[in-house]
Amino acid sequence: MRWLQRNAVLLGGLLVIVYMFVPIFVVVLMSFNKPRSKLIYRFDGFTLQNWLHPCQSPSMCSAVGRSIEIGLLATIVATVLGTLMAFALVRHQFRGRTVSNVLIFLPMASPEIVMGSSLLALFVAGGFGGRLGFWTILIAHIMFCLSFVVVTVRARLAGLDTNLEQAAMDLYATEAQTFWRVTFPLVFPGILGAALLSFSLSFDDFIITNLNAGNTTTFPMYVWGVAQRGVPMQVNVVGTVMFVISVAIVVGAELNRRRQERALA
Amino acid sequence: MTATATPPQTRSAEPPAEPPRQRRRLTAYWLLLPGALWLVVFFVIPFYSLVATSLYDPDGSVLHGYDMTWAFSNFWHALHDYWGPLLRSLWYGAVATAICLVLGYVLAYAIAFKAGRWKNLMLVLVIAPFFTSFLVRTLSWKLLLRDDGFIVNSLQFLHLIGPEGRLLATPVAVIAGLVYNFLPFMVLPLFASVDKIDHRLIEASGDLYASPVVGFFKVTWPLSLPGVVSGTLLTFIPAVGDYINAQLLGSPKQRMIGNVIQDLFTNANNYPAAGALSVILMALILVMVLLYVRRAGTEELL
Repeated sequence: MRWLQRNAVLLGGLLVIVYMFVPIFVVVLMSFNKPRSKLIYRFDGFTLQNWLHPCQSPSMCSAVGRSIEIGLLATIVATVLGTLMAFALVRHQFRGRTVSNVLIFLPMASPEIVMGSSLLALFVAGGFGGRLGFWTILIAHIMFCLSFVVVTVRARLAGLDTNLEQAAMDLYATEAQTFWRVTFPLVFPGILGAALLSFSLSFDDFIITNLNAGNTTTFPMYVWGVAQRGVPMQVNVVGTVMFVISVAIVVGAELNRRRQERALA
Repeated sequence: MTATATPPQTRSAEPPAEPPRQRRRLTAYWLLLPGALWLVVFFVIPFYSLVATSLYDPDGSVLHGYDMTWAFSNFWHALHDYWGPLLRSLWYGAVATAICLVLGYVLAYAIAFKAGRWKNLMLVLVIAPFFTSFLVRTLSWKLLLRDDGFIVNSLQFLHLIGPEGRLLATPVAVIAGLVYNFLPFMVLPLFASVDKIDHRLIEASGDLYASPVVGFFKVTWPLSLPGVVSGTLLTFIPAVGDYINAQLLGSPKQRMIGNVIQDLFTNANNYPAAGALSVILMALILVMVLLYVRRAGTEELL
């Protein structure tokens, strides 16, 4: 009883984590489902068919492909632009810092529906109303990923020990050498984290994308569409694969960090 | 140790082209420029277009174009027609945020103070479920909460809901979906704040004969306020604007303002009304955020 009292908070925390994982178990389970009817979404029997034939509905696979394409492009652009901004904010003194901070913070504090409808209003006013599609989605994704990149890289940069750079300079490294051999490798985990975050934000976005997509279909839009007419179980295969890949990346990064720590100690 | 071999003269040999301070300040602007430009062109200016759209002639159409008629009545009409979904969104958002705060606080506290060497692992576990598609996860909840499903049957067995009672297509399901989907936005800022608290302060309150409960409300809670404020904002704002949960887990009776705006834009093609509603939503949220931040007394949100 004493033990229960002392560990109540930890137990509560673990329960919350279990709650967060419940739908993931359902996604994994349903990826092996053999549905009896297309309209009833429940577990009817075990099969490997969904995993063996992930592209049974070709429109789903092309939507996944499009989401990956947009996600990669948006991640590259947002990560580069955001990292530059983070360096400016942490490492330089300049006028207009507050304005920049507000500009970066606001997209994270605006509801997606408002950002999406604003962009749509701009595109329509600019005469692009009939040409919504790949490029307008990409523009939107870069926009909302950018702030998250800046915040993530900035946190990493701000926590950096400047003594290390000082030491490199004392050892006659030039500014460029110091940057590429000391600063950049130290900031890199932050940049990588920001890129991962960007990709998952982009891959997962529905509300902004749906308003600015025209006839182009991304994976979340495909899921939205089939949610009304009967969901193919392959959707859960995609969900499971996404989960496994990202957990593998995060765990790999953590193991790598520990290995490096041990090497230093 | 090969770096020491570089002769020291090379560095002093480079003549400084400009005074370094001024050069560095210009560098900052060059670094900021591309990203800032992107945000201005695709975030700030669109907001201006949105406000303009909200004042267009409501009788126009997408095909024939809209005239700017400064139709302020659009706002009045939008409020008159859709005050129900608007209030409902704010209410659902507030309830979901409150529940997230309780669950999130327990989790953040457990990770910060009780997890020990499992801290990093638990943090990973908090984020991991959210790498799976938002929509696929919400469909899973639809499956879990379905009529005749395990959860509904258990609740019926315990007489918590009537024999004909259901969860899907009720506010309970929509709010549960919102709580689930936005919980990490609460946990991460809370954790960042709670983790910074010096544990000795909490021990000191115990030494001074404060009960754990008093100690929590007099020491831990006030010190974690910055995390509480940013966590509640980061949960409340997206939750109010969300329409995925209302659509997949609710019924037309749980229509939120996001459903209405989306519908007006894509199906009804009524851009002025949709624009006016978006502006109203943004203005309401801004006012609430400002009042809230002022009351909570923390300005360091950035």
